[in-house]
Amino acid sequence: MAKITYVEHDGTEHVVDVKSGMSVMEGAIKNNIPGIDADCGGACACATCHVYVDEAWRDKTGTPSAMEESMLDFAENVEPNSRLSCQIKVSDELDGLTVRMPESQH
Amino acid sequence: MSEAEPRVVILGAGHAGGSAAAFLRQYGFAGPIVLVGDEMVAPYQRPPLSKAWLKGEAGEDELMLKDESWYAENGCRLLLGVSGKIIDRAGKTVSLSNGETVAYDFLIIATGARARKLPIPGADLKGVLELRTTVDAEVLKAALGPGRRLAVIGGGYVGLEAAASARKLGSEVVIIEREARCLARVACEPLSSFFQDYHRKHGVEFELAAGVEAFEGEGGHITGVRLADGRVIRCDAALVGVGALPNDEIAREAGLPCENGIVVDLEARTADPAIFAIGDVTWRPLPLYDRPFRLESVPNALEQAKQAASAIAGRPQPNPEVPWFWSDQYDLKLQIAGLPFDADSIVVRGDPDSAKFAIFHLKGDLIQSVEAVNAPPEFMMGKQLIAARRPIARDRLADPTVSMKEVAA
Repeated sequence: MAKITYVEHDGTEHVVDVKSGMSVMEGAIKNNIPGIDADCGGACACATCHVYVDEAWRDKTGTPSAMEESMLDFAENVEPNSRLSCQIKVSDELDGLTVRMPESQH
Repeated sequence: MSEAEPRVVILGAGHAGGSAAAFLRQYGFAGPIVLVGDEMVAPYQRPPLSKAWLKGEAGEDELMLKDESWYAENGCRLLLGVSGKIIDRAGKTVSLSNGETVAYDFLIIATGARARKLPIPGADLKGVLELRTTVDAEVLKAALGPGRRLAVIGGGYVGLEAAASARKLGSEVVIIEREARCLARVACEPLSSFFQDYHRKHGVEFELAAGVEAFEGEGGHITGVRLADGRVIRCDAALVGVGALPNDEIAREAGLPCENGIVVDLEARTADPAIFAIGDVTWRPLPLYDRPFRLESVPNALEQAKQAASAIAGRPQPNPEVPWFWSDQYDLKLQIAGLPFDADSIVVRGDPDSAKFAIFHLKGDLIQSVEAVNAPPEFMMGKQLIAARRPIARDRLADPTVSMKEVAA
């Protein structure tokens, strides 16, 4: 279990508990948090679950796969700390994680 | 006392219906929602049923759109195992199969599509399967494994995905296709060839240009598929994946205009301003291609769920999207953007033998659609170029040493 803070583009914060084993994307969808669309449901096929990972958490969330990097390379408003949240698995290690959302996923 | 909040009734609790309820709440809609579904489970994702779930790589929890408790906690009355019977447009009520009549200010029809059946002898034998629901998927999964032989009738995406998953589980698989190639109705010849070769390499047999005459059985259970040429293909189960039909009868009976599905506008509204329709059941405008069409895809369900929820909640409409699709088979990720309407040529970028390539369908120098195999840049940039209606230089597009960013520049 990890407490994760999702920050919408307008600054609205949502703090929720997400079960270990789920992805950061699933944590948002199951809690109906706006700003993460996840059209493909976690297949790394759409890049509509784009988030910015707070600097302090970049190591713990791991490095993106070649497929994820390739998708991110062509998404909009990409920053060095951009990730696809469907590819970040939640564990106790991520308790306290904060992710921020881009202005739009489409 | 302020005016009562409007009431929303959603018929159909699939990906479209469930998402519409969720978006209404995200958008601040505060009125009561009744979500009516004829299956016994809360809204879930169907795509994994032929892919990750079938292979045992995703559990049931991961299929669910929301935890079941979400609906009650969010003022959404979820009626499972119930279907809509009759819409009374004048009285703004729907009578349901459980005997209840529910009143609405806005109705959203999200009844989806059903698998097309093969009207041939033996279709009612045990082991003749289809794949739409979790119940179907459980039955299919139980029929797979080493020493079992699965016949897949219809070489479309569902059939190919199920074939790949069945091979992974150790089943023998034969795909029986009426046309001369798989994916004949939805993809171009080079892509069909590529997928056929890839499946053959993974041990799948093909019977192409093969009509199916009957299912043969013993003791009520399927033992084989009889082809038009008289041969019998032995199998322990047959998955029929020959397309889907829209569940638009309730709308037709209510006098709403329907073509191949319920006719809606760009806000997913039907001819009745109080009634929306979303997802697989709709005959919707495609502004990029200047024609209406029926799309069967999750992105379409989500886009129209947002359109209807935005209209009901009084929010600006979301930006229009390029239709897109994906399929996972073995280690292949196929991503498709756009539809090849009016295309007059194709450009193959990359080498299909490397299992990393893309096929662009062009109308003049405009990209109408792209089919990308393990090629995210081609998919992502292709999608953006389709939306922008920006002409491209064909020779640069065909040259994989020119990056997609340079192609677009």
